[in-house]
Amino acid sequence: MDSLLNPDILLPTLVGLPLIAAILTTLLKSHGLRASISIAMALTQFMIAAALLSWLSGSGTSLETQYQRYSLAGWGAPLGIDLAIDGFAALMLMLTAALTLVLTVYSRYYFFEPHSRLDKTARFWPLWWLLIMGINALFLSGDIFNIYVTLEIIGLAAVSLVALDGSRAALTAALRYLLVGLLGSLCYLLAVALLYRAYGTLDLAQLSAVAEPTAITWAALVLITTGLLLKTALVPLHFWLPLAHGSAPAPVSAILSALVVKTSFYLLARLWLDTLAPAATDSGLLMLGILGAAAICWGSIQALRATRLKLMVAYSTVAQLGYLFLLFPLALPDEDARGAGLSGPAVSAIGYFIVAHACAKAAMFLAAGNIMRTFGHDEIARLRGLAKYMPLSLLTFAIAGASLIGLPPSAGFLSKWLLLNVAIDAAQWWWAIIILMGGLMAAMYVFRVLNIAFTSVDEEAQTEPKNLPINKLPTIMSLCAFLLAMLTVVLGFNAELILDLVTVGDDV
Amino acid sequence: MTQDSLYIIASVGLFGIGLYGVIAAPHILRKILAINIMSVGVFMLLVTSAKNVNSTPDPVLHAMVLTGIVVAIAGTALALFLAGKIHALSEASDEDSH
Repeated sequence: MDSLLNPDILLPTLVGLPLIAAILTTLLKSHGLRASISIAMALTQFMIAAALLSWLSGSGTSLETQYQRYSLAGWGAPLGIDLAIDGFAALMLMLTAALTLVLTVYSRYYFFEPHSRLDKTARFWPLWWLLIMGINALFLSGDIFNIYVTLEIIGLAAVSLVALDGSRAALTAALRYLLVGLLGSLCYLLAVALLYRAYGTLDLAQLSAVAEPTAITWAALVLITTGLLLKTALVPLHFWLPLAHGSAPAPVSAILSALVVKTSFYLLARLWLDTLAPAATDSGLLMLGILGAAAICWGSIQALRATRLKLMVAYSTVAQLGYLFLLFPLALPDEDARGAGLSGPAVSAIGYFIVAHACAKAAMFLAAGNIMRTFGHDEIARLRGLAKYMPLSLLTFAIAGASLIGLPPSAGFLSKWLLLNVAIDAAQWWWAIIILMGGLMAAMYVFRVLNIAFTSVDEEAQTEPKNLPINKLPTIMSLCAFLLAMLTVVLGFNAELILDLVTVGDDV
Repeated sequence: MTQDSLYIIASVGLFGIGLYGVIAAPHILRKILAINIMSVGVFMLLVTSAKNVNSTPDPVLHAMVLTGIVVAIAGTALALFLAGKIHALSEASDEDSH
């Protein structure tokens, strides 16, 4: 058993397993088999991620802030490709595995239409597993060109999943998403070319050892940042996100908002604070923070004005992504920590925030998907009396909303509390105002929906067309969404699980 | 002006032309073409960097260009497919309205 827990086996398996699942689900003809294999694979992936995590926290002292590395096929860097993992990457992998498991179970029911002639599951499962493979590979990658490839795998799979619905709105949103994604990756690739020209290596660890604050490093950092900000959809480059996330099928919206946009944020954090830290100027870090603050305000205002539920949740993602970018100015005082791996109080707070937001946002998108499936629409103004028909989905929405607002005892409350502490410690109290204001605005858009949903409909005097459920919803779909929402509460009580992981090797 | 800097200027120029096209071109096909021009610019920079005066060219960069071309083809194919689907759907809805 001990040899199986060897990271040399675990790391490549996390990339290989989803790829095998993608191939199997392409080959298999039966809907039931595809779904069972997917659920089995998701379970295995979850256990592998958990094993990796237990191994990582078990060997905490040897980690320091250094990567654990694995060379593919025994070829080391610079010629070969290395997989690498540290506490932050492990946290992201665990989050991916957990969300994949819940969303895979949900998707099995979401896409299954027994009497439909067009079997959507045949297209969904291979793309789904390719997307998961891309996400896992990106978090594990220790090589900037390999990261480019994973970015493209994620991009192409995500675009195809958005287009799955086949409606004109979905296709248009997907095409725009694709163009933005390609534009972003090309900017990134140009930066990779510049870095290789200057330093002759693609390996993240080797780059961080030799990177100097030269004009070329700086130009590469600017290009990478532009490209990845497009993919992360930070205001003012967020224009593609609401439509793409709002028109995708519910489980796809959930993973796009919970994980995919965060993959490019993860890279930005890694490159700005670790690999290319020498070229990261203070004004650049501050600029990213200011854009983040703008995103919080603008996203919240748009969420308040949205007329469709899924669009509102998508705009809420634009706002919540803004919080992530507060990491950059808050990491400013930690001069020593920069360039020495991703660690420190600001990074732990953001890591926790990512997990809290991922669970809450996935729960919200699933709840919105349930509502849309049951009523055939998701117009907020027509959701009156929802509490009567779908109490569990509404409860899910309310709990997830409470976490987004930052009400105790949710994970959202703790993550904001940690961020506030970091902001005060860093003597940058003005971010605290933005954080509190964002919570207030989140409360406004969440309660706006709840208010309408709890308004009882006077059946007799009703003048508008009746809003009745048209489809029956499998109970397990409501339960999946509810489970994710409850996860935010559970994590709110067990924060040290996550915080210990990000700071692994930091305080020994 | 050396040969090397000529290539670098040309590749950055192509990247710029493509970038302008993606943002400014009105038609979707032009945008897709512009993305391809951008990627040609990047590939040219990669191939130029592989040149080694005294020994054999750097194979890592050539491998990167090959991977890049494959990715560009996949992206272009998907974009063309989506554009074609959208076009077909909008024609169908035009016929409905007549």
